[in-house]
Amino acid sequence: MKYGMEIAVAALIIVFAAVFLVQDAAIQATGEEAWGGADGEAADLIEASGYEPWTEPFWAPPSGEVESLLFALQAAIGAVIIGYIFGYWQGSRNTA
Amino acid sequence: MHIMEGFLPSPWWEIWFLVSLPFIVIGLYQLNKLVQEKREALPLLAVAGAFVFVLSSLKLPSFNGSCSHPTGTGLGGVLFGPCIAAVLGLIVLIFQAVFLAHGGLTTLGANVFSMGIAGPAVAYLIYKAGTRAGANTYATVFVAAALADLFTYVVTSVQLALAFPGTAGFLGAFSAFAAIFAVTQVPLAIVEGAVIMLVFKYIVQLKPEILTRLDLLSESTVQKLREAAA
Repeated sequence: MKYGMEIAVAALIIVFAAVFLVQDAAIQATGEEAWGGADGEAADLIEASGYEPWTEPFWAPPSGEVESLLFALQAAIGAVIIGYIFGYWQGSRNTA
Repeated sequence: MHIMEGFLPSPWWEIWFLVSLPFIVIGLYQLNKLVQEKREALPLLAVAGAFVFVLSSLKLPSFNGSCSHPTGTGLGGVLFGPCIAAVLGLIVLIFQAVFLAHGGLTTLGANVFSMGIAGPAVAYLIYKAGTRAGANTYATVFVAAALADLFTYVVTSVQLALAFPGTAGFLGAFSAFAAIFAVTQVPLAIVEGAVIMLVFKYIVQLKPEILTRLDLLSESTVQKLREAAA
């Protein structure tokens, strides 16, 4: 099947999203806060043992909005490069 | 997998810098050689780097109620080996440490080791072993990329457990950190493996000559894969 792999990957992502929705509904029902970052959880675990980080980031995004801007920018830079190169390859195949 | 700024005490952050440094130096040397001898592989290098940019910026919710992100370095590891992947990982980690306060400059050595070196090394070895054994190419790429992602987080847990054995000792601390990182990562690793497998298929379809030039696939295998997709 020509698009077999695409369909399988799409199905996998849909299952992944569905599991998230079910899980989220269960967690929301308990009223707990969830979906924080694993990096932060590890940091909390370390801080709970009484450790103080010996240095701080010299600059941090001032708000969640600015942070999401920079994350989106990071993804966009990557996506532009991937799209450009795959398009270039596709184009040079068609005209060759 | 980012160890946050200041969260590795001395001497651990220095040790991880020293461990990562040789890989970066070899990676720069290999990059230089690639630029001179195999210029046609440069777009593929850009794709591998861009892939790390995209995937490591996506923080995905996992099934245990926390979020983590894929690494995307498995592709670079399969295509170019762990040393060049280390350089790609370094670029992304500097970007995130400077602009996003994600990870940190003092923990850069440790983070480069887990995401740029250990993970891609696993991907590289699995891919080599899989092709030698004649396994299905796409299945091999899937397993290589998924395990590279997972192993990155196992290494982060080891790094933190070494630095913070606490009262539980290394193994106790390791299982505490692995419970946070590695468990969250299992579903994400599967998704990452699937996405990288798909990208690999497109590379085979569009530019198989680069893969043979890099000695990743023989021409007969390319022929077979392309016929199967047609």
